[in-house]
This record gives sequence, structure tokens and C-alpha cells, in this order.
Amino acid sequence: MISIGQLCKRYGKLPVLNNISLELNAGSCISLIGPNASGKTTLLKIILGIVRPDSGTIGVAGTNALEGYRYRENIGYMPQIAKYPDNMRVGQVINLLKSLRPSGIGYDEELYTTFRINEISNKPLRSLSGGTRQKVSACLAFMFKAPILILDEPTAGLDPLSAELLKAKIKKEAGADKLIIVTSHILSDLEDISTHIVYLHEGKILFHETISEILKRTRTTSLSLAVAEIMRNSSHV
Amino acid sequence: MFKIVKYILADILKSRVILAYTIFLATISTSLYLLDSNPDKSTISLVNINLIIIPLMSIIFTTIHYYNSYEFIELLVAQPISRNRIVMSEYVAVTLSLLIAFMAGVGIPIILFNMNTAGWSVIYSGLMITIIFSSLAFLCSVLTRDKTRGIGAALLVWLFFSIIYDGLILFILFSFNDYPIEPLIMVITHLNPVDLARIFMLIRLDVSAMMGYTGALYLEYFGATTGMFLSSIVMVLWAVIPVTIGVKVFRNKDL
Repeated sequence: MISIGQLCKRYGKLPVLNNISLELNAGSCISLIGPNASGKTTLLKIILGIVRPDSGTIGVAGTNALEGYRYRENIGYMPQIAKYPDNMRVGQVINLLKSLRPSGIGYDEELYTTFRINEISNKPLRSLSGGTRQKVSACLAFMFKAPILILDEPTAGLDPLSAELLKAKIKKEAGADKLIIVTSHILSDLEDISTHIVYLHEGKILFHETISEILKRTRTTSLSLAVAEIMRNSSHV
Repeated sequence: MFKIVKYILADILKSRVILAYTIFLATISTSLYLLDSNPDKSTISLVNINLIIIPLMSIIFTTIHYYNSYEFIELLVAQPISRNRIVMSEYVAVTLSLLIAFMAGVGIPIILFNMNTAGWSVIYSGLMITIIFSSLAFLCSVLTRDKTRGIGAALLVWLFFSIIYDGLILFILFSFNDYPIEPLIMVITHLNPVDLARIFMLIRLDVSAMMGYTGALYLEYFGATTGMFLSSIVMVLWAVIPVTIGVKVFRNKDL
């Protein structure tokens, strides 16, 4: 669904992504992990068209993502920091995004119901707590039945119950033949939901494997132990 | 495009800053008319508001609004719509809100108390100054990533056109006063929207004392009719060019 070829990006002199090639298929949930400043968010932003790459190719659902904007109809996005205009109401933001996206296939309002967004739809966004705003973002990402979902730190700031609800939803969508890309630093969360791990280190992909492959290779029992092991080794290199 | 404009505009009009700005302008202009028995004099006093407060407010408000909407703009960019549409909506919505505030605060009092050609020229130049400085602010904020630097640049632009520019013209006048520099001064005058707006208003108001050197020269050079026509056209260019560059820059920018 997403194919990335030899992608490079620098901010000034600082190389952020260094010759990245990646092939991501439907029906999987990819966890993008790596230390701080390894280029995770930049990679996601390039796929979304928020950041322009210096060189390389990106195809999303068969179309070239570096030209035009229609390809983004295939992507639902939940940003890391949700900040909306102060006086806009929750319902207005939802209506605005609805009016900007094609409505032919209807809306997925599962999270809208489970997070009880309708109860707060008259509140201005400025009055919401960080976690509640995060719920609104999650609800917006899933609403348009997009075949690709990009979630940047989705569970950060959510209470345990909401985090579980969101994880259940992610799992369900991955089972429904969608492609989901998640970044997070909470590895135990990722272990539950993801099928594959992509590990970025200083702008390069260190590995792209399924979870069982990693556990086997590092001879550990949980993803957090395995990744800690890998990080320790890679910092020695 | 109008969908996004509608939502952003509704959001801004609810903000306290725009409300305070409107009330502030309305209080000043109404009291100016009520305090003086000759409404023409009050209109002349309003010229200074047009030249100092309106550019300052337009440039600062637009810049701050852009940086405060940064994450929201980012979210919109991730939707299936073109960047041109997003960025134009943002600009149009902010400018419209400032224009509404100006019309409510200055426009309506002028229409009520002193509706004549001079009044219209003050309204026209106030509207143009709002659009021009909003457009300049927009360019500044698209060019700089950092919020503090962006606001600093915007303030500097205002300071330059409102205060420093006159000093520069004086300096040129004194240094080259043995040469025929009038054509040069005429070119330089067109490069400052504040000066243009001032001349545009004063041609109609007919107060030679406030004309200044550039204004008097302008009138002598072009005459009243051509002068007004020319200055109004150049003001339109000042409104269009910065925002056009801004949109071009935004189209290929990393957010």
C-alpha cells in the first residue's frame, strides 16, 4: 500500500532520513520505533505530504504521493500534538473535516460513540484537557474509513481505559485488511497491537521484521526487553 | 475554500482580541466626532489612526494567528485538499476579520457622522492598509519557522514603514539636495504603503500642513486625480504581491 524508495531528507546540514526504502502492505500494523530524533515523525510527515523530501519516491495506494493531494483520501491521520483553534467547537471541527473529505463511503463513528464525543460536541476545544483533545483526534483519524491509518503516539495522554479502547479499535482495523502505522515509546502497547516492527536509528532502517522474528533473534520474551537489547547493542556499534 | 474560511472566521470573530480591537476603534472614532463640532477635523484625526494603529494591529494579529494555528494548518495539510486552498483560506479569514473590525470601529462612525468623499478616502485607505499589512505579516510568518522571530520580523516591517522610512527619505533629501532627485523620491514613495495611504487620504482632505514633502511633491507631480488613481492602484499591488509570494513559498515548505 505504501512503497518508499531511497528517501532522503536533511534539515539544513543535519541528515534526518538517510536513503530509506520500505514496503508496507495492507492487513498489517507497523510499529515505527527508534530513539528520540531518529526521524520517525519526519518519515510520517513525508508520507502525509506535510514535509517535502529532498529525493526519493513515495507511492501511496498506487499513486505518486509527491504530486497532487488526492492520495490523502486514503489516509487517516492522528497527530502527536492536537491543537485546534481556540473557539472552535468539537462538533465544528468534525463537520469541517467531513466537508473536506469525500463522504461516499459513509463514516465510521465507533470511536465517536465509545469516547462519547457527542456529549462534548458543543464545547470549545480550548476548554478540553489534553487527553480529551487526543480522543477527538483519534475519532477524526478513524472517521473516514481510510485504508491507511497513521497514528503518531496515539496513547500518549490517554487514561488507561481510553488507551485500551483505542488499542482494541486499532487491532480491529488491522484485522480488517487496513494498513496501520503507529509510533510510540510505550513498547508494551505496541506489542499488543502490531504485527511488524520498523526500527529507525539515525535516519536509517535498522530492521523491519515481525515481532516473533525479533523475539527469536534476541532470545527474549517481550518486545520491551528485545528492543532494550537492540538499543544497547546498536549504541555500542 | 469558503468552507474553511467560514469556520476559521467564525473562530476568530469569537476571540476577545478582535472584539477589544473593534471596541477600541469605535470608542476613539465616535469620541473624535462627538468632541469636535466640525466633523471634517475629526476625519483628519482619524487619518493618524489609519496610519499607526491599523497597520500595527493587522501585522501583529495576522502573525500571531498564523503561529497559533500552526498545528491546525498541519492537520489540514494532511487532508486531501491542496495547500493553496488551505493557506489562502487562512489568509482570507484573518484579513476578513480585521476588515470587519475596521468597518465596525471606524467605517460606521465615518458613514454616520461625516459621509463625503474625504470620509470614503479614509475608509478605502484603512481597508487597504489592513489588507496590505495582513499580507506582509503573512509573508513574514511563512518565511520564518520560529514564532518569536516571525513576530519580531513583523514588528520590524511595521517600524520600518511607519517610522524609519521617513527618516531615510529625509536623509536622501539632505544628502542629495543639489541634484534633481524628485523622480527618485516619487519612486521611493511608492515603495512605502503607509506613505501612499497618507497621500491618498490627504489629497481628498486637502490639508497641506499634513502633506509633508513627499505628499506635496506627489500632488505637484501627478495632480489630484491621477495622484489618487495611481496611489490606489499601487496600494492594490502592495496587497497582492506579498501574499502571492507567501503562497508560493508555503506550497513547497516543510511544516
